[in-house]
Amino acid sequence: MSRSVHTLSIPSSTSHLAEVRSFVEAYAREAAFTDDAIESFKIAVDEACTNIIKHAYQGDSSHKIDLAVIIEDERFTVRIRDEGRAFKLHGYSRPDIFHLAKGRRAGGLGVHIMRQLMDVVEYHTRGNVNEVTLVKLRNGTSSAVQGGEPTSQDDGEP
Amino acid sequence: MSNFSVGFRTNNHIQILDLKGELDAHTASELEAALQKCQDDEHNLIVVNGENLQYISSAGLGVFMAYIEEVREQGGDIKIAALQPKVYNVFDLLGFPMLFDIVNTEEEAVHKFESASEA
Repeated sequence: MSRSVHTLSIPSSTSHLAEVRSFVEAYAREAAFTDDAIESFKIAVDEACTNIIKHAYQGDSSHKIDLAVIIEDERFTVRIRDEGRAFKLHGYSRPDIFHLAKGRRAGGLGVHIMRQLMDVVEYHTRGNVNEVTLVKLRNGTSSAVQGGEPTSQDDGEP
Repeated sequence: MSNFSVGFRTNNHIQILDLKGELDAHTASELEAALQKCQDDEHNLIVVNGENLQYISSAGLGVFMAYIEEVREQGGDIKIAALQPKVYNVFDLLGFPMLFDIVNTEEEAVHKFESASEA
């Protein structure tokens, strides 16, 4: 079984999101994933990093975010670590876009997108390090970009 | 350097916004500024042309969501046209086709506004 790991460290600023997407895309393409799967990885990783920048680090760009892309025969994994505020998944529920629009609010959509697009979304905190793990199986039964409903796992325990 | 831009055009009384590039949490403020400018200029018939929009994340979707009610309360609408399939898919993931009028072409969006004003 082959396994390769590629890492990237970025400052906690949204100005680096395009770099993160390019990083993920390059290795996913090299691993011969489909265009739909590659789009899914880019969006899911973008959403995870955006949440870290905005919520874990509260917009403070002086911190860093560590990413690792792990490519195995059957799965594509992105592991993202930060040392900011831990994300609590307990309160998560599917966003009601009509309710959000009525309140002119624009947030709360990223986690839902990640869960729709990836086969596994897991949050863990160990000590002061938070880790989100995103996994897409190469031969998953569904591609959420095309409207499927993959299973998600999450662990909101801080 | 920003990899996103908004171009402004008008077609009679309809404001057309041409989106180009990648719309994420970094560039969403540019779309916000564009929609705010429409508000300030009292343009509430808005067509967003997404033909050259290569990417959107929830930050971009959130901007549309934050403005749609206000625009509709003023008797207008934000109609979204010509999205590439990969971008449309992201709108679809969150159920946006239920909240927004999303059409295949700019012409179709303009026609819908014109038909409504004649009615």
